[in-house]
Amino acid sequence: MATVKTTLNRRSFLKASALAGGGLMLGFNWLAGCQTDPTPAPLTLPEDWFEINAFVKIGDNGVVTIMSPNPEFGQNVKTSMPMIVAEELDVDWQRVIVEQAPFNPAIYTRQFTGGSQGIRQGWTGLRMAGAAARHMLRQAAARAWQVPLEEVTTHAGVLHHAASGRSAGYGEMASAAATMPVPEEVELKDVADFTIIGTSRKNVEARKIVTGQPLYAMDQYREGMLVAMVVHPGRFGMRLKSVDDTAARAMPGIRDVFPIQTFADGYERNYFDTNTFPELVAIVGDTTWQVMNARKALRIEWEPIEDTEIRVAGFGGTQTVRIPAGLESTPDHAARMAEQAARPGRVVRRDGNPEAAFRRAARVIERTYTAPFLAHNCMEPINCIAHVTADRAELAGPIQAPEFIERTLAARLGLPPERIDIQMTRMGGGFGRRAYGHYLVEAALISQRMNAPVKLIYTREDDMTFGVYRPAYHATYRAALDEAGRLIAFHVKAGGIPESPLHANRFPAGAVDHYLAEEWALDSNITIGAFRAPRSNFIGGVEQAFLDEVAEAAGKDPIAFRLELLERARTRPVGERNDYDPVRFAGVLERVRDASGWGTDDPPGVHRGVAAYFCHNSYAAHVLDLVIEDGTPVITRVCSAIDCGIVVNPDAATNMVEGAVVDGIGNALYGAMTFTDGLPDHRNFDTYRMIRHAEAPKAIDVHFVESDVAPTGLGEPPFPPVFAALANALYRATGTRLYEQPFAPHLEAFVQQTTG
Amino acid sequence: MARFQLTVNGRDVEVDVDPGTPVLWVLRDHLQLVGTKYGCGIARCGACTIHLNGVAVRSCVLPVSSVGEQAITTIEGLSADGTHPLQQAWLEHDVPQCGYCQAGQIMSAAALLARNPSPSDEEIDAAMNGNLCRCGTYLRIRAAIRTAAARG
Repeated sequence: MATVKTTLNRRSFLKASALAGGGLMLGFNWLAGCQTDPTPAPLTLPEDWFEINAFVKIGDNGVVTIMSPNPEFGQNVKTSMPMIVAEELDVDWQRVIVEQAPFNPAIYTRQFTGGSQGIRQGWTGLRMAGAAARHMLRQAAARAWQVPLEEVTTHAGVLHHAASGRSAGYGEMASAAATMPVPEEVELKDVADFTIIGTSRKNVEARKIVTGQPLYAMDQYREGMLVAMVVHPGRFGMRLKSVDDTAARAMPGIRDVFPIQTFADGYERNYFDTNTFPELVAIVGDTTWQVMNARKALRIEWEPIEDTEIRVAGFGGTQTVRIPAGLESTPDHAARMAEQAARPGRVVRRDGNPEAAFRRAARVIERTYTAPFLAHNCMEPINCIAHVTADRAELAGPIQAPEFIERTLAARLGLPPERIDIQMTRMGGGFGRRAYGHYLVEAALISQRMNAPVKLIYTREDDMTFGVYRPAYHATYRAALDEAGRLIAFHVKAGGIPESPLHANRFPAGAVDHYLAEEWALDSNITIGAFRAPRSNFIGGVEQAFLDEVAEAAGKDPIAFRLELLERARTRPVGERNDYDPVRFAGVLERVRDASGWGTDDPPGVHRGVAAYFCHNSYAAHVLDLVIEDGTPVITRVCSAIDCGIVVNPDAATNMVEGAVVDGIGNALYGAMTFTDGLPDHRNFDTYRMIRHAEAPKAIDVHFVESDVAPTGLGEPPFPPVFAALANALYRATGTRLYEQPFAPHLEAFVQQTTG
Repeated sequence: MARFQLTVNGRDVEVDVDPGTPVLWVLRDHLQLVGTKYGCGIARCGACTIHLNGVAVRSCVLPVSSVGEQAITTIEGLSADGTHPLQQAWLEHDVPQCGYCQAGQIMSAAALLARNPSPSDEEIDAAMNGNLCRCGTYLRIRAAIRTAAARG
């Protein structure tokens, strides 16, 4: 066992006496565990609960409640985080109830879902919470039995003393355990002794989901609640001038129409305070349909914005962000990016003498890749419930980064954070979009004005046209090969609107003697935000498509080519800031090669593409198989190999990888948000094409590299290389390399060309 | 405003709403049946799928005035206790990620199996293609439908 100092602060271990009876706990045991019976008998709830620490409550009958600290948007942390606590607590998972913890970072520390960091950063703290509770139970038993603490053991929720033959369920000792001192050190299990971590456990909310119970903020109601919508400028580059609400106010059920301003004048924004449309027109009424109709009767005048600069407190200190005036269009973006890409960029990394190496190269390959803005398009449109009174604000909404928006709310409402209560509802998707919680502020301002509880709802059109998009990107790659086909120099120059996608210290940096990475960015008034694997979601895919082409030029198998480079990075790394582990990187390539039968068992008539990438601390590789039927790519199988360290909940992790593969294929083939004079060209799913059932792969095989390394992220890492695995397979099927995302329009051209 | 007598999940209810109100919002705002989800409002995502006399329809574009005596079934009424074969298959395959689209997916699948108890994969794709899943759980949905169909 490893002994670890507890770092949870004292407040994490408030020892409450019994809560007011079991009646507060409305949970049922929907944790089906490994059992195949999908309808387990509900647990008998205890008479009294005892809070051992902030994560663990134990009932007098041994039923355990575990709090899940982070917001849930489908990555299944609400199951996997409590599994980690349960492992160290040593309880029977069938007798566990999971609850969403309240937002309270002083107790639960990092309650942010994003960056694939939930499990990675929660890992030690969650284990300690479980282990500390187990320790206190053992202390209670040792005292009750008058035996040495070391002799008290546990097994699945039962305390034992072998020498005397005594045993007691956790429920019997819970009351005493709650009064024990918090241990300063706790023992953690050896990985080999895990009985819950590494076993597949069902989603604790699945039953509620499939029976339609209210889980989402969108589903919640409050007594006397009004419905609100906000209207934003139709075009980026415009702002509110005036509103004539006469007709709208006369419509049934409409209570009020008024402008709101998300930030007070002079407020210094934080990183997640998006600049999207800070002035809006709010319309409030009795029912959703009434407000939806009445907003159409608003007569709003917009006016052009001027060039402005805002101050944003980012992770690297306060920055000035320039927001240019003007109505932007996609063709102009393309022209501006091409123009900028022809100029020198900002050099981020330089190894050796790349210019000389390119001059002496036997062959130089240069390719340019582009990708458009993308909308997140979470299935649950943006919404939030707010109830603001003179001295309190209560919010319930889908929010990935509550800590950031709490500060914004405090500043805007003039309330201290302790008077702001944010309930983290289950989110109908996140993908980065819900890190930007402007809608909590909007809902709060509307509630404050109306002096009533309010549910703010964005229509799909509001949601899709509000900005906070994945940026538009551009990258030019050059590779220099010598006479023997060896890669002697590599050059990437990447940029975007309005941010660069570059990760300068990623593979193949470290594997090439002469390496140059440059970046650039162009200002825009179209707003962007984190989108599943930010930056990597473009640069990973295009880099891996480029390497496929370089391998082909070198006359090498694409997997063997990469493995050679990784071997170089392992044995004689170039530079010192390489951010990947070449052994683990090679590991997923070898695993996907073997699992897919690459080169040895290639399915006849099927075109295969391979790609691998490292991001968010984890490694992912895919082999994608497709055939072309009637001009449409039919993806017959995707084989994935992942190294994310210990896999907490394997079937749920598999589900996450399957989803990332489908998402990657969908966005690579179809994803695009374009603009005409500031106007988003797509407003709903009629023209914004999303991947559907029939376009999904027929099979996805997911393989995890066995590991006893502490777990790392999984929501993002499998996503970026999908773009390249698909591009590389499409090349093998069509003979044409695709450099411009999305791919589907180019495939249609290919079909017309070959069949016409 | 006008009064409408509806049969929802076997229960007779009366609502007083504008005749153009989509059934989606009648269910959600007036009957507190929130399992049926709003996703797009233009019948392109399927999150709002309900049954009208057993046939899958998109409730976001279905005016309440057009329902008449047809029986409405929502996810809350698909089974009394969550034991519809599809709901059970969904749990066995642990289908949901975010879960928001799943009620609509299940309602589309239930209507499919009611008219075609042994659909081919192509028939499953065709019947389900109107239901978006942003998380990409399509393979598990397909597997769950096959499991439920195999049990008859």
